[in-house]
Order: sequence, then C-alpha cells, then structure tokens
Amino acid sequence: MQPFKKISSIAAPLPMINVDTDMIIPKLFLRTIKRTGLGKNLFDEMRYDDDGKEIPDFVLNREPYRKAQILIAGANFGCGSSREHAPWALLDFGIRCVIAPSYADIFYNNCFKNGILPVFLPQDQVDALMKEAQENPESPVEVDLEQQTVKRGNKYSYRFEIDPFKKHCLMNGLDDIGLTLEKAADIAAFEKTDGQKRSWLY
Amino acid sequence: MTTPRTLFAKIWDDHVVHKSDDGTCLIYIDRQLVHEVTSPQAFEGLRMSGRTVRRPEAQLAVADHNVPTKGRAQGIAEEDSRVQVQTLKDNAAESGITYFDMDDARQGIVHIIGPEQGFTQPGMTIVCGDSHTSTHGAFGALAFGIGTSEVEHVLATQTLIQKPAKSMRISVEGKLPVGVTAKDMILQIIGHIGTAGGTGYVIEYAGEAVRDLSMEGRMTMCNMSIEAGARAGLIAPDEKTFAYLKGRPMAPQGEEWDKAVAYWRTLPSDEGATYDKEIVLNAEDIAPTVTWGTSPQDVAPITDSVPDPDSFNDPGRQTAVKRSLDYMDLKPGTPLQEIPIDVVFIGSCTNGRIEDLREVAKVVEGRKVADGVEALIVPGSGLVRKQAEKEGLDKIFTQAGFEWREPGCSMCLAMNADKLQPGQRCASTSNRNFEGRQGRGGRTHLMSPAMAAAAAITGKLTDVREL
Ligand code: SF4
Repeated sequence: MQPFKKISSIAAPLPMINVDTDMIIPKLFLRTIKRTGLGKNLFDEMRYDDDGKEIPDFVLNREPYRKAQILIAGANFGCGSSREHAPWALLDFGIRCVIAPSYADIFYNNCFKNGILPVFLPQDQVDALMKEAQENPESPVEVDLEQQTVKRGNKYSYRFEIDPFKKHCLMNGLDDIGLTLEKAADIAAFEKTDGQKRSWLY
Repeated sequence: MTTPRTLFAKIWDDHVVHKSDDGTCLIYIDRQLVHEVTSPQAFEGLRMSGRTVRRPEAQLAVADHNVPTKGRAQGIAEEDSRVQVQTLKDNAAESGITYFDMDDARQGIVHIIGPEQGFTQPGMTIVCGDSHTSTHGAFGALAFGIGTSEVEHVLATQTLIQKPAKSMRISVEGKLPVGVTAKDMILQIIGHIGTAGGTGYVIEYAGEAVRDLSMEGRMTMCNMSIEAGARAGLIAPDEKTFAYLKGRPMAPQGEEWDKAVAYWRTLPSDEGATYDKEIVLNAEDIAPTVTWGTSPQDVAPITDSVPDPDSFNDPGRQTAVKRSLDYMDLKPGTPLQEIPIDVVFIGSCTNGRIEDLREVAKVVEGRKVADGVEALIVPGSGLVRKQAEKEGLDKIFTQAGFEWREPGCSMCLAMNADKLQPGQRCASTSNRNFEGRQGRGGRTHLMSPAMAAAAAITGKLTDVREL
C-alpha cells in the first residue's frame, strides 16, 4: 500500500449529500476479479451519457478538476454497499483524499486499506473549501497527515482528527494482516480458551 | 455486583483477542460468509503474500449476486460474471471451504442461507463482504459487512482490527396494527433517524412489537440497519430463536446444543444496562409505508402524498429531495396511491424468505396481475423455492401472472440479467432505492411483500389494507 504523508493538489467539488457507492462505482463494474482499472468508470452514470460520451458538466470531466487528487463532498459520503471497489475506483482515478463532514462506516474503513485519507471536517469548513474549490479551481489544497491539517493558501488552515493507529498505518503504508499475524500466539490462545467455553463452534 | 451489560457488550467482551493501549481491539470472528463479487481480490491477495486460510471450516461460500434466475442449466451467459462465479468455486475448492454450487438446492442469497443452514447462531461474530450482513443480528449475533481487504484479513487470521461501536436501543412498544409488517417498521425507523442516524452505532431493536416478530420479520429489520447507517442491528435471542435453529444442519446437536442454549440464554442485555442513545417508538403509529425518493429515508405512509422539497428545513436535504423527485419523475402533492408502476420485484435478502412469499400468496390468490405490469418473484434460496412449491405457492403466483424464478439477488441490484429499463417504475421488496440501483434510470419504491403484491394487482401503489 502506498503511504500517505502529504499532498498538494487541485480539489474537485462535489456538493452532494449521501453520495452512495452505487454512484461512485455502479455495480456493472463489479464483475471484475482485479483491483485495478476501475478509475475510468468512477462515477460512471454521472460522468458519461447513454452513448458513453462524457457529460461536460460533471466536475471530473472539467479542467482542471480532471487532475484532482482531492475530492470535497457532502455528508454521509460512501453510504450503501460494502464494495471496496469504491475506494479502488477513486484511487485508480487518482483521488488520494476525500474531505467531507461525515462518512458511512464501511467506506471510511475501506479507504485506509488503500492509501486513501478520508478527512472529517465540520460542515462550515467543508462549505468554505467547497466554495473556494468552485471559485478558484486552480489554487491547490494541501493535506498534511502528519500535522493533521488541511490548508488552502494563507486563507484557510483547518485541523482534523484521526485515529492514531489508522494514522500510523497510513503514514507508513502498513499492511494490517502483517501486523495481526505478529499476534498469532494471542489468536491461538484465544481459540484454546474459547474452544472450551463455546466448544460447539470448533 | 457486576455492571449491567448490553447484548452488544457481552458479545464484544467474549471476542477480544488483544486490546491495545489506545483502545483498538483485535476481535475474533467466528464465522464468515463469502460471495463471488467481493472475494476474488481477497483470495488473490492471500496468494500473492503466500498466506493461507486459517480456518476453512469457519467460512461458507456461495454465489448469489451474479447468478441467472432463469435458464440456469445453460450456465451464465455473461463472460465476466461466469469468470467471477468460477473463481469463487475454484478458490473455495483450493482452500477447503464449503461451497454451494448453482445447482445445489442450498444455494441462495448469503444472508438467507446462513440462518437457513444454522450457520448463523446467537453470540457469534459474523462477517461478510456485504453490507447487509447486519441481517444475522436477528439471532443476537454481532454481524457486519466488511470490505475486501478485511475479507482477506479474516481469511488469513480469523480476526479483525476494530474499535467498539457506540450502542443505541430502539424500542418499538405496543402491537403493530393489522396489515403492518417488520418492513414498515424498519422503513419508519430509517425515516425517523435518517440514513446517517445510526453511523458509528450498533442498534439493538427491542420492545413488544419486535419481540412479537417471527425470525423472518426480525431478519427484515436487522437487514436494513445498514440503510440507517448503523454497523449492525441486534435483537436479543429468545425461545423463538432457539426453536428456529434447532435441528438445522450446521446448528449444534445433542449435548452441544444444550450447552449452546445455556450460553445463549446469558446474552440478552441485563436489566439496567445503559445505551449511548435510546429511541422509543409506538407501534400503533406505524402504517404501511413506501419510499418516494432515492434514499431509504424518503419514506411516507401509503395514505400520504409526495412531499414538497421546500417543506424540509435543511438546505442539503432540500437539494437532495429536489434531485430525487426529478429522478423519480414525481410531483409534490401527488397522492402516493395514484403512482402507477411497471414492474414488481419480490425477493432479496430483506424479503425473500418463505414467510414473505406466504404473505404475497395471501394477497394475490385468485387475483390477476394488472395488465402491462411485469411481476417477478425470486425466492431467496433453493430451499425457500422448494418449500414454496411444496405449499403450492408457486401455482398461486403463476396463475396470478407472476414469473417464478430461481434464487439469487436478481433485481435487488440488477447485476444479472434482471433489471429495470430506463424510466420504468418498480414496487420492490428490496432495501435500496438509490438512483440506478435496479437498472440505469430505473425508479424504485421500497415496501413490504404484501404491499408489493397489492401494487402488482392494481398496477399502482396501493394500501394493502383496502384491497
Ligand atoms: S439481495 Fe440485494 S442487498 Fe441482499 S445481498 Fe443480494 S444484492 Fe445485496
């Protein structure tokens, strides 16, 4: 997994609440056995018309947002299904960071497994960044995980909260399974004790 | 005296393998269900890192999302779907995981077959790469959906890294009126707390109306916890739970059964246990409910009309409601009962169980599907299908003009051939009414099986109590 430390990028505004995983990557594209290649179908139904042509109004079809590594969105981003194809599609498109007032749980967790940083900010701060992203598209937003800050030029500087363990793994690109396997002895011990208490499960 | 604990806390405490100083826990996962869409990359990940499945016997695999619901004997027409299903079969065989093939009577939707086989049991931690894993909470199991990386994590380690969720109790007191079901109850709850109302919580459903539900009804409620944003839904196990499980193929037998039941009886929340949030609703206030928008919180009693976007206070919600009415092609003020439908879909992990089909049969027996309405019934599993046929329900359905299909997810998410055409409007017993969920440009109204059956007969949204 690619570590996430600090990025500075154009930010694409998507002022919608309840952006669900069906919008992020429609189910048609879930019939894959790979993690890669989903970027071209990110937001497919909003991005392309029935003939497969780009809808010029959609934010990711416009310059300079096509190059955005940061997406700013409304509350409850990523609700719906558990599909990890959603962060895979974002990542494959080039998005490394999402900024929103809130997220659906599973999506939020899935981001961390893929080197994407989902930033929580209060609604008014998201609104301010959204407005800036719409009005001054070219000026970059800087997201610094180490410092836990989002900055936009000299105008805005916000601090965000993040779970220390998640931060540590993301900054170092650590693989959870590797970390857990270091506790193999604890797992075996648990199974032994639990196997006596709940023998019908073993 | 020990502090009173909730059902959630008891299950959690019994599964902590390791706790770090910052509160992050490694929790043990008793069982995992595996399906074709969210698992191929997990098995591939294992192979690439030279890891193996730690406890193959604790996994159960089945293909459901992509499988055709008719002409199954000819195999799967779409190449990519066929590859996905075959990949699951191969991965299961290679790692020694039980797999129900497409022609096996036990095949069906993961969340239907888990309980049906007795794989799902009280007090367990259960995961699946699917958000509706919350269904299994109906048995008093802590069950939640995970992403593919976590599927891989469970395959390799039989654990997950987690922090405890907050707890919420929603009590529905009193008795449900006639014609009102578990589906109406959960739709009203989602309307009440919103699709993000449960975020960060595990919801325990309690109160007389919940206790009175059958296991099927409880599964319907827990199923849609995810639509309320919750990680999981829970209902305390009781005699009904035990009676449902007894004798099922994967349930404990003999002495082990007695030992298990003794343990299960210790699980319900203690008197005086506290929750981070409590909500109390009155069952008598609940009417048959339908959705009018593109979010599961867009609910209204069938006797109401399409709302005016301006009647919502929050500006974000106003914009969302405008967009959804536009998508749904509905005008504010239209009585819901005047909305015509083109398609009826009865099935899914929310309402594809035998009890649901019996409800439908009661409504449609001796009647005909309205002209021009396409109506299909997709049983949740091969065993549900068999049981329905044994009871003669399939005859009632086909005589009324329904199509009787083979089990799978089908038009719940339209990954196979069953989908809405652009602009078509569907009365559906599934759980999601998102834009394009049942096919690009398709419009979904969620409701109970009885209400969907009534809509099939009249060709429009209908109050089943008046049919
Ligand atoms: S029936 Fe629908 S909600 Fe249930 S598992 Fe299948 S696709 Fe998901």
